[in-house]
Amino acid sequence: MRHKTPSILMIGIAAALLAAAPAAAQQKVKIGFITTLSGPQGVIGEYMKNSVELALDHIGRKMAGLEVEVVYGDDQVKPDVGKQVAEEMMKKQQVDFVAGIIWSNVMLAVAPTVTEAGKFMIGTNAGPHELAGKMCNELFFTTSWQNDDTPEAMGKVMQDQGITDVYVMAPNYAAGKDMVNGFKRSYKGRIVDEVYTRLGQTDYQAELSQLRSKNPKAVFVFYPGGMGISFLRQYSEAGLRGQFPLYSVYTVDEISIPAVKHAALGQYETRYWSPDLKNPANQKYVSDYRKKYGKMPVFYGAQSYDGILLIDSAVRAVKGNLADKKGMVAAMKKADFASTRGKFSYNSNHFPIQNFYLLKTVTGPAGQDPVMEIQKTVFTNHRDSYAKECPMK
Amino acid sequence: MNFVLVLEQTLNGLQLGVMLFLMAAGLTLVFGIMNLVNLAHGSFYMVGAYLATYFYQVTGSYWLGVLLGLAGTLAVGVAVELVALRTLYERDHLDQVLATFGLILFFNELAAMIWGRAALYTTIPEYLSGHVDLLPGLRYPLYRLVIIAVGLAVAGLLWFVVARTRLGMLVRAGASNRAMVAALGVNVRLLYTMVFGFGAALAGLAGLMAGPIHVVQPGMGELILIEVLVVIVIGGIGSIRGALAGALIVGMVDTLGRAFLKPALATVLSPTAADAAGPALASMLIYLLMAAVLALKPQGLFPARL
Repeated sequence: MRHKTPSILMIGIAAALLAAAPAAAQQKVKIGFITTLSGPQGVIGEYMKNSVELALDHIGRKMAGLEVEVVYGDDQVKPDVGKQVAEEMMKKQQVDFVAGIIWSNVMLAVAPTVTEAGKFMIGTNAGPHELAGKMCNELFFTTSWQNDDTPEAMGKVMQDQGITDVYVMAPNYAAGKDMVNGFKRSYKGRIVDEVYTRLGQTDYQAELSQLRSKNPKAVFVFYPGGMGISFLRQYSEAGLRGQFPLYSVYTVDEISIPAVKHAALGQYETRYWSPDLKNPANQKYVSDYRKKYGKMPVFYGAQSYDGILLIDSAVRAVKGNLADKKGMVAAMKKADFASTRGKFSYNSNHFPIQNFYLLKTVTGPAGQDPVMEIQKTVFTNHRDSYAKECPMK
Repeated sequence: MNFVLVLEQTLNGLQLGVMLFLMAAGLTLVFGIMNLVNLAHGSFYMVGAYLATYFYQVTGSYWLGVLLGLAGTLAVGVAVELVALRTLYERDHLDQVLATFGLILFFNELAAMIWGRAALYTTIPEYLSGHVDLLPGLRYPLYRLVIIAVGLAVAGLLWFVVARTRLGMLVRAGASNRAMVAALGVNVRLLYTMVFGFGAALAGLAGLMAGPIHVVQPGMGELILIEVLVVIVIGGIGSIRGALAGALIVGMVDTLGRAFLKPALATVLSPTAADAAGPALASMLIYLLMAAVLALKPQGLFPARL
């Protein structure tokens, strides 16, 4: 019997160490932030990462007295890579929260992986309708919007203005079709033609020639990232800017304006946030961002800033006891933090109930790039159309 | 569908065609003469766009930007040939693909480190921008007309150099029998370096002309490279005539397909079916064409004469 004692002791020590390991990890709050940091779309990730860092500065890099550590991961715009990065963050780095994600297809791969592992997924951009409806989850929250929301707002603007004969253009992929569906949910007028172009296309001259020959009354487009830069420039260059008023979603933003400058002037967009939104949190965010990075922030960044503050609000509510998931879910549902969009609340599917505004690109201060300004509120406390499909109440 | 619209779309196709030709000419020569698969050709397109934009911003002169952009791309091309590719001529194509793919990553990251990941703002002089009315109802961007003119002029010049000069004779000879040319006392290495450098400069020219209408950003070259590879396969590897014919065919088919395929389908299918099939088919059209050419004439339409 004597020889068994040391081995039992060893097992005991090992068990104690195993139990102690997660406890030791909880001396810190660990957040895995996944975005796109390489390739042409890496510029969006840069703005998101900068905003996360700014949020950490603002909360003193501590949540409820615990030190915060953020690990960044690059999804390369690929769902499989995003999933792999998330798994590594959870297993190797033992993160408590996974946040970020720009692309809907990446989000659809990552979110279930994270929530099934019992960790929080805090989305800070992509809002695929699946996650707002049937696939909604207790541990999933987003600080952005559901994909259909923004084009719905633009559809309402054009419907209310009595615009008819609209020419619609978008890239030929899932989000492009979602955007057009959202638009058509609130715009009921005639659509002259619906044109889908190749994803990643940079020359639109052939489509612009077709557009002119159809002589519509207005044009609605969705061209995110580099596609938008090419499209806006060519639209102006072809002399269409003065001929057909252009309305868009996710096409003109603070990332594309420095690359197109005057070609964006007069452009209408709808959005839930704008740098000129008047609330103390936003004014602090915009002015500190400009001070620290020398650029205007963009909505991708504002959402990511909010994401960190949302996590902070939950960690503080449970006084740093990260094992209290229920307590943190309850705290997050209250959206009790100073959001850059102002006060908002969460719907039953953990997507924000928030306002949407009409923005116009106008001449900036002398010698500077054009800026976007809020013209009016389109939706007040808007709810997305999928919450009723979500089993959570 | 009317005459003016068809004419306008033909111009669009021509413009895309000459851009593809500028890229394809250098790539096909390098492939044909040196037997080198150079995936990094798209990087020269990007380098040309970045250098021209940079020098334009620094000097304030568009033409100085163009000139320095071209010279810079030529220099980068020569340097890449001397440092990296010279050792690859005797290796098999898979090694070449691997190494030149590495160069793509290298150049993209280098551009991101120097100029940042965000797209650069670049513009054209006032007298080149805007649009002209070619016919009543046919309004066309002036800059795109300039691109067509430059492209056709370069094609003519290239034909002259290859068909009528001593240098061109050496290039043609090198393409058909390298060992014999070397045995006759021609410095083949120098010839290779020159051909490679000028091929890079042509890609740079395409890139710097594309800068103001497309997006100047890391990775911009890979988007066009795929279409250029299609052009070369259709035209016949190593053939300048093939590159020109292939580029114009691909430019026309792609543009006219994007413009007229959906309305054409709508006359035979239901509108919803045409909506779904049109864009998908239009983006596949050049690849279908390539498959057809490969099936019927595996050497391409205008194979280099051996």
